[in-house]
Parts: sequence; C-alpha cells; structure tokens
Amino acid sequence: MSLLAVSNLSVRYGDDAVVDGVSFSVGRGECVGLVGESGAGKTQAALSLLGLLPKNANITGNIVFDGIELANKSNKQLDPIRAMRVGMVFQDPMLALNPYLRVGKQLRQILLQHEMATGDDADRRVVEMLERVGLPDAGRQFRAYPHELSGGMRQRVMIASALICEPDLLIADEPTTALDVTVQAQILDLLEALRDETALLLITHDLGIVAGRCERLLVFNAGKLVESGATTSVFAAPESAHTKKLLAAALRVDRGEIPRPVSAKTVLAVESASVSYRDNSRQQLYAVRDVSLSLREAETLAIVGESGSGKSSLVRAVLGLIPMGAGRAVYAGEPLEGSVQSRAASQRRDLQLVFQNPAGALNPQMRVATLVGEPLLIHKPGLSAERRNERIVKILEKVGLDESYLRRFPHQLSGGQAQRVAIARALILQPKILICDEAVAALDGSVREQVLALLRKVQSESGLSTIFISHDLAVVRSISHRVAVMYLGRLIEVADTASLFSTPRHPYTKALLDASPIPDPLIAPVTAPLVGEVPSLVSPPSGCVFHPRCRFAEEACRSDRPQPRALGSALVACHKANEFTL
Amino acid sequence: MKKSGGLLIVILVLAIVGPWLSPHDYLSTNFDSIFKSPNLSDGHLFGTDDLGRDLFVRSMLGVRVTLLVAIVASLVSLIIGVTYGAVAGLIGGRVDAVMMRFVDTLYALPFIFLVILLMVAFERNFLLIFVAIGAINWLDMARIVRGQTLSLRERDFVDAARLAGAGTARIIFRHIAPNLLGIVAVYLTLTIPQAILVESFLSFLGLGIQEPQTSLGALVSVGVNQIEGASWVLLIPAALLALMLMSFNFLGDALRDFFDARQAS
Amino acid sequence: MLRYALLRLLGAIPTLLLVIVLAFLMVHAAPGGPFDAERVLPSDVAANIEAAYHIDESLARQFMRYMSGLARGDMGPSYRYRDYTVAELIGSGLPLSLQIGTLAMALALLVGVSAGSVAALKQNSMLDRIVMSFAMTGISIPVFVVAPVLVLLLAVKMHVLPAGWSGTAGAAKFVLPVVTLALPQIAYIARLTRASMIDVLGSDFIRTARAQGLGTRTLIRVHALKPAMLPVLSYMGPAIAAILTGSVVVEEVFSIPGLGQFFVRGALNRDYTLVLGIVIFYATLIISLNLVVDILYATIDPRVRRR
Repeated sequence: MSLLAVSNLSVRYGDDAVVDGVSFSVGRGECVGLVGESGAGKTQAALSLLGLLPKNANITGNIVFDGIELANKSNKQLDPIRAMRVGMVFQDPMLALNPYLRVGKQLRQILLQHEMATGDDADRRVVEMLERVGLPDAGRQFRAYPHELSGGMRQRVMIASALICEPDLLIADEPTTALDVTVQAQILDLLEALRDETALLLITHDLGIVAGRCERLLVFNAGKLVESGATTSVFAAPESAHTKKLLAAALRVDRGEIPRPVSAKTVLAVESASVSYRDNSRQQLYAVRDVSLSLREAETLAIVGESGSGKSSLVRAVLGLIPMGAGRAVYAGEPLEGSVQSRAASQRRDLQLVFQNPAGALNPQMRVATLVGEPLLIHKPGLSAERRNERIVKILEKVGLDESYLRRFPHQLSGGQAQRVAIARALILQPKILICDEAVAALDGSVREQVLALLRKVQSESGLSTIFISHDLAVVRSISHRVAVMYLGRLIEVADTASLFSTPRHPYTKALLDASPIPDPLIAPVTAPLVGEVPSLVSPPSGCVFHPRCRFAEEACRSDRPQPRALGSALVACHKANEFTL
Repeated sequence: MKKSGGLLIVILVLAIVGPWLSPHDYLSTNFDSIFKSPNLSDGHLFGTDDLGRDLFVRSMLGVRVTLLVAIVASLVSLIIGVTYGAVAGLIGGRVDAVMMRFVDTLYALPFIFLVILLMVAFERNFLLIFVAIGAINWLDMARIVRGQTLSLRERDFVDAARLAGAGTARIIFRHIAPNLLGIVAVYLTLTIPQAILVESFLSFLGLGIQEPQTSLGALVSVGVNQIEGASWVLLIPAALLALMLMSFNFLGDALRDFFDARQAS
Repeated sequence: MLRYALLRLLGAIPTLLLVIVLAFLMVHAAPGGPFDAERVLPSDVAANIEAAYHIDESLARQFMRYMSGLARGDMGPSYRYRDYTVAELIGSGLPLSLQIGTLAMALALLVGVSAGSVAALKQNSMLDRIVMSFAMTGISIPVFVVAPVLVLLLAVKMHVLPAGWSGTAGAAKFVLPVVTLALPQIAYIARLTRASMIDVLGSDFIRTARAQGLGTRTLIRVHALKPAMLPVLSYMGPAIAAILTGSVVVEEVFSIPGLGQFFVRGALNRDYTLVLGIVIFYATLIISLNLVVDILYATIDPRVRRR
C-alpha cells in the first residue's frame, strides 16, 4: 500500500478548477517529483494535502495518507498529522518563517505542540536539529531572528522545522527557487541526506532538479495531471504533448548548439568601472569594482553571476541609471557620461534596456500603444500621429503581437506578451545595443524559448549588439557568443561561450557549471561544488574575493588580488588558473 | 459605495435647495413658537429652537457651513500634503530625510490644542478655521504621497521612461502622478470626515463658527442643553452629522478596497 | 536597545521645545491684550496689572522668564482665577482627568482588541458584520454627540445612571464619561485589530505554523498576536491624543471638574496663562507617552532596533 494515495482530487474557487481531477500516489521512502509551469496547480495541490488552502477553496476527491482520509478534515483532526507525519518546506523562507520570533523558539514550539519534548530537552533537540541541517554555531543561531540569517541558512532552518518530528512524508514546494544556484545544490544535497526513510514529494518548475533525484515524475498542466511515470521513461519517451513541449524547452549546460563567436569591432567598452553606494549605516559598499569589458558589433555578451555579483549594477551604471563611481564606458568612440537624462540624444537612443519583470517595467496606467510609442514621441516629436502609429504596429508585428493589443493595459497581458511589449518599446528607436537584465528569468520554459528566439531573430536581422544578464547558465549557453562571469563585484572570467562551457578556467566558473542542474536522468546530479554562501559586500574578503570558498586557495590568494590575465582565448582572474585542470 | 455616495448627494442637494424652498429663514426669531416639535403643518419640518428659529433651515445651513469648511480645509491639506510629500519623495535622500523628520516632529504635536489656542488668540476667525484644520490634516497626506512617490520612483517603469528619453517633467506628470491619483482620492475622501470632526468639535466648544451663523457642531452644542425638554434640537443635527461622517467613511473605505484590489491584480 | 531609547529621547526634546515656542508665540501674537474684554481700567491700574504679569517686557525676555519658570514647574499665575497659579489649577484638575482617561484607554484596548480579534477570526460571519457595523458607527459619531445621546437615553429616559457629576457618589458616575470617552477608540482599535489580524493570519508564516500542526490557539498566541498588535501599538500615540481631546468634551458635558474643563473655561474666558500652561502640559504628556510607545514597539519588532 502506498503511503499517500490521492484520487480524483479537485480544488475549485467558484467555478474555477485550479486542480482538476488529479490522482497519484507516493510510496514509503519514495522520491516523487511534481513538475509543471506556473499556474499548473502544483502548489494548490500540495497545500490541499495538508488542508492549508484558504476557506473559500472547494476540495473534492480523496487524500488518503497511511489509511487516514485527509480531505476536508478540520484543523483539529489534521494537526496530529501535520509535522508529525507530514512535514512541509515552503518556497521563500524569508516569508515562511515568522520574522518576530527567534528561530529556536519557532522550532521548539513544534516539539512542545506534539509533545515530543519539554523544557531544556526541547531546546537541546532543536540545537541538535539545527546542527544537522548545517547551521554553523547552532547554539548561538538558536537565538537569531530569521532576518539575521542568510537565504541559505533560512532555508536550512525551514528544513529543520519540517524534519524535526521525523515525518513519513516531506512535501517541498519549490524549496530552492529563491536561492542562488550554488546554494540550491547544497540545499538539495541536504534534503537528500537528511530525509533517510522519509518519502519526498518535490515540487518544482525546474526539470533539472527532479531529473537526477526523483524516482517518479508527475507532470501538471492547467490543473490536470498530464503524465506520470518513472523519471527515466518520462524523459526518454514522453507521452503527452505538454511533457514533450516542456522537455524541448528545457535547456542544459552540457549540450546544445552554441552560437559561433563573432569577430567584429568593439562598439561598447567598459573601462575599469566601479559602482559604489552607501548603505544605511553610511558605509561605502562596492557593488562593482574595477571591471573592464567590451562588446562587439552584432554580438551577444552574457554576464553571469549569483546575487550580489554586481552584474545589474554594472549595466545600470553604463546606461546612466545609477552613477559610475570610477572608470568609464565608451560607446562609438565617445565616453558615456553622467546620468541618462544628461546624455546626447543619440547615445540615449542607441542603448536600451529590457527588464526582468515586464509587469513592473510597464506603466500600469498606459496602454500598449502609448507605451511602445513613447520613445518615438520623445525622440521624434515631429513625426505625425499616423506615421508613429504605423511604426508602432510594425514593431509590434516584429515581436509577434497584432494590432488588437494596441488598446490593452499591461495587466491585460500575460508575462510573455508583456515582455514582448517591453522589447518592442526598447527596439522602436532602432538602438545599436540592447541590454537584457534577466529578461527571461520570470518566464516559463516554453515562453522563454519564444522570447529567446525573438532576440536571436532581431539580432540576425539588424546586427544588434546585446548584453544578456542571467543567472541561468543553460540559457546563457544557448544565446550568447561570449560570457563574462562576475563574483562579488569583480570580473572573474571572460571567454568564448564554447570554451567557457567546455574548459572553464576559474574555479568559480567550474562550480557554477557543476551546480547547474541538468534535465537528464541519466546524468547523476553533482554534489554541491561549493560550501558556504556569497559573502556580504559589507566586508568583502581580502585578496581574491573568491578565496574563502575556493578549494585551491593558498596564501597568495588570501593576500594578493589576482588581475585578469589571458589564458588561451580566455581572460581569467586567478593566481593559479594555469596550475590546475578543472 | 453607491448607497453612501447617494446619501451624500441627497444631503448636499437638500442643504443647497432646502433653505430656499422653506418658508422660513435661519435668522428670524419668533418667541411665540420656541421649541416647537417637528411638524409639517406650519412648515417647521425639524421644529424650532430656543429662539423660535426654524431648525430645518438652520440644520441645512449647518450642513452647508460644515461641508464648506471641511471641503476647503481638505483641499488646503491636499495641496500642502501632496506638494510636500511629492517633493520629499521625488528629491529623496537627505532632503527627504529632513522633510520627513519635520513631519514626524509635527506629528507629535498636540495640534488640536494648538488650534484651540489659536482660536482663543485670534478670536474665532472664520478663515482661520480652514487654515487650522488644513494644517492638521496635511501630515497624513504628505506621508502617504511621499511613501507612494518613493516607491513609484524605484519602480522599473520610471527607469524605463528615463531610458526612453523622458525628461523630469514627463516622468513626474505622465508616469508618477497618474499612479498617485487613486491613493490621493482615497485619502481626500477620508480627510473630509476628519475635517468635519475638527470643525464641529471647535464649534461645539464655542470656539468655531459664531452665532447667528451656525454649523452642525454649534447646533449640537445648543441641543445638548435641551435634552430633557426638546430632544429633537439635539438629535436632528446630531443625526445629520453622524450620517455625513458615516457616508464619507464608507465611501473612503470602499474606494480604498477598490484601489487595493486593483493594485493587487 | 538602550541606544535606541536614548536616541528617541533626544529626538523628543526639540519637538517639545517647538510646541512651547509655538504656543507661546500664538498667545503673544494675539491681537489686543488679555484684559481687553473687561471694562476700561484706569491706566495706572492697567499698568500695575501688566507689570505684575510682566506684560511690559520684550517678547524675548518674557519667553526667557517663562522658560525658567517652566523649568521650576512654575507656569505663572492664572489671569482669571486670580488666587491660583496655573500649576495649582493643573494639579487640582489632573487626578480626576487622569483617572477617567486611563480607565477609558484600558476599556478601549480591552474591548477593541477582543472585538477586532473575534471579528477577524470569524471573518465575514454575522458576528463580524455586527462588530464592524458598530465600529463604523463608532468612528463616525463624535464624542460630543455620543455623550449627550447617552445621557438622554440612560440618564434622562431610563434613569439607570446619573447624568451629572456633582452630588452623585460612588463609581456609577464614572460609567457614562468613561464609556463615552472609550467608544470611538473602541471602534478604531477594533477596526485596526481586525484588519491587521486578517493581514497576519493570511501571511505565509502563519501557513507554515499551520503546516506544523500548532493548533489555532497556539498559532495565535505564539505567532499571530505579536505582529497583529503592532499597528494597534502604533495607534496608541494618536489614541492618547484623541482621549485627551475627548476628555475636554466629556468633562464639559458631564460637568466634571477636571483638566479639560479648566481648559475649555480658560479658552472661552481667554485665560492665556492657563490655556498656555495646559497646552504645554498636554504636549509633554503626549510626547512622552509617544516615546514610551516607540520604545515598546522596538522591543517587539526586532527589525526596528537596528535602524
């Protein structure tokens, strides 16, 4: 008998079925992956298992856990099951942990509630659990508030809270989505190591995460279970069209076509750029320090790095949205100086930006026609309304939207449509350089692929140069000619895409590649390549900023800062890059 | 939202045309007909007061004065508050910090007592009531507008507009201002009942509107002394006042829910 | 934490100074002297009075004199109650006002928080709607309307409670003034508590606690109560000011010889020194209670302290 048996489960809000007649099961000790795009009903289904949906949710069907019916039971009936038999890990630990309560107290309360321990014994068990999830100095962190911990540490606390009563089933809802890729690998390892005999239902949008870890897969689409089966067979021979689409859109860091490098003259050069700001306690922090880069004509240069790497700050300073503290950017032989508003019209026209979150980048009070036409209105005020309208329609057509979108407001667009509008707006002035700041990060796989294709098409048609900022190496591999890797404000490595992915020179680049999940069940997931997390900008490490996490670090790395130097066709900022093979 | 809005319109129309339709005026005293209870036969719809004046006309006049004071005062606070808040929010940085520190300081002042002091010193000047009430209420508006401006300024679409080539004026008036309108409308609706409260409070204490002019607060204060004999003299203006306040509060709540819901979507 | 408290204390001093200067200037900028309303006095008599009250000195000297008096707790003589100093008058009115105010505040918190929490927990139920209708009525009916209407109903018509103050003994005479004063605050606090409780109960960390099987009671006691009470705590500053304002009306309507009544009488009689003194006293009270609230807030919210 399976541990959890769900049959014909539906969740409705009014007439809207967000989960629609789903049946599946999870066996004892089994690891099952639940995948799907946003809005597929994954989270709703997961929450319904423990009765955590809001009151207006209408649940039908059966949820049988170890012989006990859980569907439509009261909190009182479910409380003995929760945490004790079924633990749950949520996506964003910053929100999922109580900010007003010390973490130790939050964990302790669980033990008290389920009468697992009392008094000092409870405290001791909590500290023990915090140690098991890898919290350094657990005795002291017991008294920490969630906001005093890093993102990775918070998620470790979350996992501790879910496992402290040693449940039979652990439900993890996008447990690593809010985390950097190197930390994600650590958390996935931790879940695997700690769960022991506990079955795991792992919910994610990322096929790479489930591929090497889950025995079975459940694929959701629009509230329905469209496919289920052993992971290897689902990957090898998907039956449903939706699964095929998902798999086709799943990019991987280890294979796939790589754009050939272009050799052309440089259009944009960043020379020794630094960006600094003052934090709340008026301390000077460097988001970017001493970075030099160049962008060639009709080239896509990717800038990759985890949070705090300074990739966004760098391009914002180049665009004149924030001040560049030192160094300069040169475009077409002329330095880009001052804020964007003080720059020459031609410079403003030629550099455009596409933001990560299209909903935020479009003024909610303006219609698509106004939004797309605004740059034209400003730069070519002499243009007649008709001519302007023609150009708006033409550019919308180019990004794949017809005239029916002209009168819509941003909230009437889907994520993919909104991003197309944002791209149309950026392209209408026919810029020479397009900067995409995580422009596809908020999009689902299939939509992401369409937007990437659009960017490739625009580049091949108009010779646009693109800077493509991303944290996702698989995406970077598929779109960019060259890649620059940043870490804690410093440039770590620059190389042609093919050579960077085949022979990374910097230990950090290698770690990023290793930590990137590969959507292929035949490739064993690599254990976390790095320990620890990105240090705070408040106190960056001496010498090489990467040395505290680098397994090759020596005395010189602690004291001397490595300058980028040529190694083959790559530029690498590492003292020892020529001494080891990665 | 419809009910409270409708009620407000009815009261407003009555206040404007009521006195004009009535056979009585607000000034004429008639010592033969003091404390007449409300009746239709002689046209004293709401009865008469201690001086035999028609309470319907006086109540409607009170509504007029109370509303006028409240609306003008709210507009004063709207102009000061929006300007102050928008300037602080748009400039940001140290200027914002200093400006907001000043607002915090004013927040801690017991304004109503200072206003009373002002009324005492300047002899219940009618104009002063507007200024005084406006001076109290702009603080909330400034804080809200400043907070909203600051967060709008950080939104990506403002950066997007700068990159599109928009100048400061365009950014302020085309991109930031339209996104402020909703919240300003909500707080304006909620400021009016606040202003009504302050005005009627001052008038109740005898420090606001002076005889023979009147306002709802002043009428209530006359009524308080008559509760044992002629309770309508208290109850009618009190009910009008409460109805108006409630309508504005309901309207404000409904507007806020409406804009909150739109912001969430 | 101590540092935070000290910083807030230092921040409160300029505020207080500002009040004193503003109030002082207002009184002295008043057109006409304080004795204008009286019949015309022979000039030498007027001069004597002016000298006794130091009205003949320059504004700056008067201010310095007033400040040094304040530092010793001396606010000068009352213009109207000739035999009393302002400090004595405040001292005589304060205990009664303090009693009524504290009782009203306690009642408002007790009833407001309970009603608001119950409404939040039973959101959209009949009970919720009733509580919220009462609250809406409560914030919409000013104290000076509630007071006479309650008197009319409970004292004049039903005779269950005394209407006035003097001549009645026992605790009964406290009931109407305290309830009247508390009602609007009950309404505000109930609305505030309901809104913030609903907000907190809808937050992710409450869902986490639910997933941990904590049970509704523990969940509210351990996880929800603290954050849900923060907005109520922030409201304590304005609430204190509102109770003081309300006490002016209540004392007037119920003829209670408290500080508020002195204030209104002083204002109507243009007793400048008395009004000035009471304003400064109220300001000090409000500012110091605000300070206490701020510090209390910081002890509850761990994220505030660092700022």
